[in-house]
Amino acid sequence: MTDEPLLSLESVDTYYGPIHILQGLNLNVRAGELVCLLGGNASGKSTTLKTVLGLVNPRNGTVRFGGEDVTKRSTSYRIRQGMAIVPENRRLFAPMTVLENLQMGAYLHAGGTKEDFDRVYELFPLLHERRAQLAGTLSGGEQQMVAMGRALMAKPKLLLMDEPSMGLAPILVERSFEIIKQVHESGVAMLIVEQNANVSLSIADRGYVLSTGRLVLEGKADDLREDEGLRKAYLGR
Amino acid sequence: MDGDDRDIPPIPASPAEAHAPRVGVDEWVASVAERREGYSGVLGRARSELERVPRPVFYAAFGVAAALLPAITSDGYIVRVGFDTLLYMLLALGLNITVGYAGLLDLGYVAFYGFGAYGYAMLASPKFGIHWNTLAIVPVVVIATAILGLLVALPSRRLLGDYLAIVTLFFGQLFVAVYTNGERMSLFGLTRSHDVTGGPNGIPNVDNFNVFGGRIGSLQAYYYVALGVFLLVLLVVFLIDTSRTGRAWKSLREDPLAAELMGMPVNRLKLIAFAAGAAVAGLAGTLFAALNTAVFASDFDVPTLIIIYAILILGGAGSIGGVILGALVVNISLEVLRTPGHATWVFYVTILATLLMALRPWRVLALVLGGTVAFGYAAHAIVAAAWPRGVHGSPSVGGWFGSGLSGWELHPSNPRLIGNITFIALVLAVLALTLLSGWKRWAAMIPTLYLAGFVWENRLVVEPSITRLILVGVILIVLMNARPQGLLGTARVEIV
Repeated sequence: MTDEPLLSLESVDTYYGPIHILQGLNLNVRAGELVCLLGGNASGKSTTLKTVLGLVNPRNGTVRFGGEDVTKRSTSYRIRQGMAIVPENRRLFAPMTVLENLQMGAYLHAGGTKEDFDRVYELFPLLHERRAQLAGTLSGGEQQMVAMGRALMAKPKLLLMDEPSMGLAPILVERSFEIIKQVHESGVAMLIVEQNANVSLSIADRGYVLSTGRLVLEGKADDLREDEGLRKAYLGR
Repeated sequence: MDGDDRDIPPIPASPAEAHAPRVGVDEWVASVAERREGYSGVLGRARSELERVPRPVFYAAFGVAAALLPAITSDGYIVRVGFDTLLYMLLALGLNITVGYAGLLDLGYVAFYGFGAYGYAMLASPKFGIHWNTLAIVPVVVIATAILGLLVALPSRRLLGDYLAIVTLFFGQLFVAVYTNGERMSLFGLTRSHDVTGGPNGIPNVDNFNVFGGRIGSLQAYYYVALGVFLLVLLVVFLIDTSRTGRAWKSLREDPLAAELMGMPVNRLKLIAFAAGAAVAGLAGTLFAALNTAVFASDFDVPTLIIIYAILILGGAGSIGGVILGALVVNISLEVLRTPGHATWVFYVTILATLLMALRPWRVLALVLGGTVAFGYAAHAIVAAAWPRGVHGSPSVGGWFGSGLSGWELHPSNPRLIGNITFIALVLAVLALTLLSGWKRWAAMIPTLYLAGFVWENRLVVEPSITRLILVGVILIVLMNARPQGLLGTARVEIV
């Protein structure tokens, strides 16, 4: 781990029109770290991801990635610098095959090398099995794998995940997070936005808790798991 | 929920390894592979064999078949229809890039076609006394049209769906308005007026294609030029289709946000698709102008646009084979429908085919068909006895079909007024059909069908130029109900 964080948001204010969503948010992810961002509905989790990706621009504050100020940069520039995302609801290209979806993930790398495919197929043997199948005909769990595989095709330094547990059966959620852990262990830094606090904290290094656009808690994942307030609010124990 | 150590089964490497319900494997999907073998019989085997043939083989087969057409027939009319069909294929192929691949609803597409045609006409006619070599004109026109496409797309690139459609439709109408009124153009009223487009009279006496002094004059030669150009563009489009850019266009069409999240330069891809489609339209325009040796702005108005869209949608947007098949179906049926006798056949066969597809069980079908025939003969007998003028006319077809019809369908000697009234009655009857259900619907269908026949014989068939469009529209509706994705299009898969 270096001193300079891979990604950092410095006192970011993001607005949707007149509505102040993110209020002075400070957040960072170091290289190789797995950070989860927790919060209930309308707490600003997704807006944070959009700000990181440049889909919305903050009114104040700075977004740094790899030491560079990318606040004014386009989404496509940031992705070229090494971000990748598994979007909410996966957003696969339904009438295209699994293989084509993976190729699209490596769009900025001319469709991906054999090594890229091998790496993804090794993580998800099922994708190799299903490479000629249309992505829209896969089940939810399989689609999640395609979405992760697609993001990994870009060889990201930082993988962003928006609600990876959404729409999956509980057993698939656990399976899914096992895979996330595996990907993380291969050296990819991750920022995971989740509502499911328990399962995400179980694999994360650190966590942030958002509430109506403000950071209310941050710390090591194990500490957060023991935190009384968080337990009451999210873990339901 | 607790983080206990539940036993999570591993994902099997292949479906064969698996038993019972598996995590991450969809049973339905796994079973599709087995179901796919379900083609049986001679047709089924032929179908699965055909699926194995690579697509370029079909295109090559089409090229060979099309090349043989002028050799088979010396009939100028047929070759002319063939040329027009190839021209529409080329146009649909270009539109397929913009609409089929990139999903940009470009309703100003014909303007690029017209721009190309006028561009050729201006550079090869006595209009301005310019007579360039065709090999110089075509690249200039194609590039100019592509640039025009870029200029139109530039302010519209942020627009989505319906808004883009409105803006481009406006552009298309602007083109027609400017070119039909372009006989007195001046720069913001500051300069003297110049005749630029010939106004409503268009540009006459356009040169034929002329390559290094050799003039291409015969219809046959133009047919081959059009075929060559079409196959060349088809090859290019096929290569793009299977390239990274082609896939990027399709993903852009499916989910622009996801495409952006993959780092695709979404705006640039849209601009390229728009300009590429425009360039193909411009190329088609030069062919049009050179064969017809005259251009008029009214040739590039909404009716032409509708035919191109009909071809694309019928064939299946995003499919190259669909463009070929769609152009064949639409153009040939439009030609066949020019002759009232042919049109009548098409009309009754379409109705019969629709009934065959839509009516189940077969007893209902037999009842409705038999009832309609009986109803007709009864009505004919009653009217013949009470009001002889009502059966005075003759049907639009001859032969056994015509003589059958003349005993069944009423043909008043002066049908215009009653034809108009019954046309409205027919529309109301069809609307009423949708409100009824069960046996009432079957019963109401009998007089409605008879009414449809009556309106066809007495009102529609006498005006083939309008009727053929109506009939093609009806055929399109029927086909799109049967195959919403178009003849060769891939069915949409939705992620819910």
